[in-house]
Amino acid sequence: MIINGVTIDKTFAEAFPMKATRAIITAQNEKWAMISAQAMTGFATSVIACGCEAGIERVLSPAETPDGRPGVAIMIYAMGGKGLAKQLETRAGQCVLTSPTSALFAGIEGGKPIPLGKNLRYFGDGFQIAKKIGSKRYWRVPVMDGEFLTEATTGMVDAVGGGNFLVLAESQPQALAACEAAIEEMRKIPNVIMPFPGGVVRSGSKVGSKYASLGASTNDAFCPTLKGVTKTDLSPEIESVMEIVIDGLSKEDIDKAMRVGIQAVCDLGAAKGIKRISAGNYGGKLGPFHFHLQEIMA
Amino acid sequence: MSALTFTLKQPTDQRIDMSPLVCQKLQGMDVDAIAAIELQNGKSRRRVDELFYITGMNTQEIIIAYSNNKLDFIGKELDGGSISVQGDAGAYLGMQMKSGTINVSGDAGIYTACEMKNGLLQIDGDVGDFLGGALPGNKQGMKGGTVLVKGNVGQRAGDHMRRGQILIEGNAGDYCGSRMLAGTIAVMGNTGRYLGYAMRRGTLLLWNQPQLSATFNDCGSHTLAFLPILFASFKSFNSRFADSSAAFNRVQRYGGDMAETGRGEVLVRI
Repeated sequence: MIINGVTIDKTFAEAFPMKATRAIITAQNEKWAMISAQAMTGFATSVIACGCEAGIERVLSPAETPDGRPGVAIMIYAMGGKGLAKQLETRAGQCVLTSPTSALFAGIEGGKPIPLGKNLRYFGDGFQIAKKIGSKRYWRVPVMDGEFLTEATTGMVDAVGGGNFLVLAESQPQALAACEAAIEEMRKIPNVIMPFPGGVVRSGSKVGSKYASLGASTNDAFCPTLKGVTKTDLSPEIESVMEIVIDGLSKEDIDKAMRVGIQAVCDLGAAKGIKRISAGNYGGKLGPFHFHLQEIMA
Repeated sequence: MSALTFTLKQPTDQRIDMSPLVCQKLQGMDVDAIAAIELQNGKSRRRVDELFYITGMNTQEIIIAYSNNKLDFIGKELDGGSISVQGDAGAYLGMQMKSGTINVSGDAGIYTACEMKNGLLQIDGDVGDFLGGALPGNKQGMKGGTVLVKGNVGQRAGDHMRRGQILIEGNAGDYCGSRMLAGTIAVMGNTGRYLGYAMRRGTLLLWNQPQLSATFNDCGSHTLAFLPILFASFKSFNSRFADSSAAFNRVQRYGGDMAETGRGEVLVRI
């Protein structure tokens, strides 16, 4: 398959089941909601070493938030429920509770309830106040700038992590420009995050290493500087490869995000130095979710 | 299917215990079986059809017509369905109600919503003392749900209240929120003396400055983030509380009762 001069490899991305949740952070203005959201989703690019994968899903208008203030929806993904709950609580406590004017709300109705502010309330040292409004329980925790308002729980649901595609280009600037275009479009899709810095990862990995202590190492088949010394997957004109990783609430959500992302890359086309789109997989043995590139773009 | 309607034949000298006539107890019963239910009427027991004309079949939608303040325990332990009272209701309206809705077009007596657990109870008129309170000797009053009163309420509204919300469009008598454990009482009108007497936790949300005891301390003026959410939850009510003009988020906060734990609060609109 070739789109606008870009070859779509006959391969697939391999993804695996994860647990996910969403939280809504609001603040006096969008600037401070975003600052808190960036802190909460920081150092959360990969479960390999961060404990979770997190990202900003989208900015919310005041009409879309529970308290009528500007907000940001963030999502956190982890391999298991316990790990997710721990990451959510730790990050909420250190990055939202601490952030001026912030409030924190559930972003997923249904699913299994996990603590959001349920335990953060103890920071109130007995001065905290519970308010049950409708079916939801809120905690008002007195803090130095006024009150930190938080919903007690949010929902945890089954999700999919590790959807991906690779952009193979003739130069590093061209690869990055293509990925930026893809990310801009993918951020319009609900229920997905791209957890790596700016949504783009330049250090894709393979399973295993020559060093026994490492479970993963650089994906040498896609490293352009190793074309002559390893079993490469790159043709001579490829000088740079970048990857976009997607976590989503469902396979369909990731499908949509991959489609618009790949399309944005292809819209730049061969004329802008984009030669191929490929994907990372482990032979189909690791994850039950397979995203076949040519099927997605059909 | 039309609503199951009990029309009072004539006012009685003695009080009537209406507790058997709730939706979940009547479900599946035919009219003859309902007519044969015996209600306590003073010292005697009388069949329902001796006291009421019965029409309609829908046991999940009950109307009590020509009701008066002698009809006690209407909607006691109601668990789903609706009861509409045309006229006044006696004491213990909605006592220990679990879910569903009760509407009263007139006034209601003492101990309305006593130990109520959930659901919506709306009274268009006035309500007597101990609204949302606990039975004498019990330690916890209303534990959940919403009570909406369009008129005034008597003394000790929310006495021992544990959770839920009482919304009063009119005035509240003395000792409003006394011995309150938690929950929210909102009063658009005026409040009487000894507001929040011995309250431990909970919120008294007021539109007018109250006469506060010395055991309530001024905590200053604040913009509270939970208030817009609270007011938004009132939107579905047929009430002045649903008006967006009634909403506010800036309040003067008083903490108390300091003679108790002092974790309660009186919030007054500013």
